[in-house]
Amino acid sequence: MTTTSAEAPQPLPVQPPPGCPFDPPEGLGRLRLEEPLSRISLPDGSRAWLATRYADVRAILGDRRFSSDTTSPGYPRSGMTGGAPVDGAARGFIRMDPPDHTRLRRMVTRDFMVKRVEALRPTLQRITDELCDAMAATDPAEHPVDLVEALALPLPSLAISLLLGVPYDDHELFQRLTGTLLSREKSEEERRTARAELVAYLDALVRAKRERPGDDILSRLATEQQDAGELGHEDVVAFAALLLIAGHETTANMIGLSALTLMLDPETAGRLRDDPSLIRGATEELLRFHSIIRNGPRRAATEDVEVGGRLIRAGEGVVVAVPAANRDGATFEDPDRLDVCRPNAQHHVAFGYGIHQCLGQALARAELQVVIGTLLRLFPTMRPAVPLDEIPFRTDMAIHGCHALPVTW
Amino acid sequence: MRVTVDPDKCCGAGQCVLVAPEVFDQRDEDGIVVLLDAAPPADRHEAVREAAAICPAAAIEVDA
Repeated sequence: MTTTSAEAPQPLPVQPPPGCPFDPPEGLGRLRLEEPLSRISLPDGSRAWLATRYADVRAILGDRRFSSDTTSPGYPRSGMTGGAPVDGAARGFIRMDPPDHTRLRRMVTRDFMVKRVEALRPTLQRITDELCDAMAATDPAEHPVDLVEALALPLPSLAISLLLGVPYDDHELFQRLTGTLLSREKSEEERRTARAELVAYLDALVRAKRERPGDDILSRLATEQQDAGELGHEDVVAFAALLLIAGHETTANMIGLSALTLMLDPETAGRLRDDPSLIRGATEELLRFHSIIRNGPRRAATEDVEVGGRLIRAGEGVVVAVPAANRDGATFEDPDRLDVCRPNAQHHVAFGYGIHQCLGQALARAELQVVIGTLLRLFPTMRPAVPLDEIPFRTDMAIHGCHALPVTW
Repeated sequence: MRVTVDPDKCCGAGQCVLVAPEVFDQRDEDGIVVLLDAAPPADRHEAVREAAAICPAAAIEVDA
């Protein structure tokens, strides 16, 4: 399962260099240059490969010989966040391979397809406007406002709650549990407890949907798909957990970081304000630049596969460094510069690559585009209320971002 | 230019629809790719090549 050597290799780099919160974790750039496929130590002492070059990352994620199944031999489970590793249906389809992955993903693909998201855009705009109106109405004596709490987290949370049919009134519960699940600093035991609590909540919710279905994804899965024998109750709960967690935390952090980046770069903000047609490309560039996924994706080789001149053997685990791939100068010219007109920005792997690429990417893009456009328009003077080094960045989390973003205007 | 798509490979990410909406769509019932134009005019070739290049499932093939 793992290769042993006399000297334990370094752990996965996770900390940006001091004072440079927008840089990829320190050490990834050197690895990409000197040892693009290197060995790392996982928290339990096991070993895995770490891929840092764009070409290698795409090769690995696009190759079905690399398994996403967390029960595959050699899968690098140690240090995974998002919940203690579980087996069976409860692990959700992102931790499965075809044909199960394909069958389950296709049950919800239509809910996140481009035209469905475009139809939702007016709703996203309305939610954003309401949140922004509430911010604008705050008494200046109460400034600063935390942009994460006021906008970045509620928008995606409200949107995914609406789509899934999760009562938004319960958002404190599911946001707290998601926070525990995605923290690198919580113990496996704490994550297991949080996951159990989330599953218990969703279990009751799915049962209620079966009794009294509404017009939402969970109701459909709990009635149509369950009645047709395509899904069991446990599968529906697993869908709920996966979509709820994936649906708000990631976008929330991209919103916070994007807003902060533009506040610190008035020239770029001005360009986007003057020409909103640039916002779509800017969103891709911000996704590339920030690459918030910091703890994977992860795979296990099911056969011996050569990648970038190194042989990865069957049963060995691989961790992919998205921030390193997205700053690879061989693919992105002047990669450390934020260039909102970069022609190939959409080639980023911020949503992953291969058949597991983010299901909710159209929704995430639309939310980001709506928020960026609205903030630029309504709050042209918004700025951080504290120096950069006082902003609490999420260096303890599997998803990068800001825990809080105090702003004023 | 001849374009072909493989619905069995498609994972419904929708990137092709964002890049070349005149050429690609997604099926209403399951979000899987639909090819609207197998022989797109020249002014769409660049977008179609881009769609093929970023398709995460390598489900789009472009001939010439």
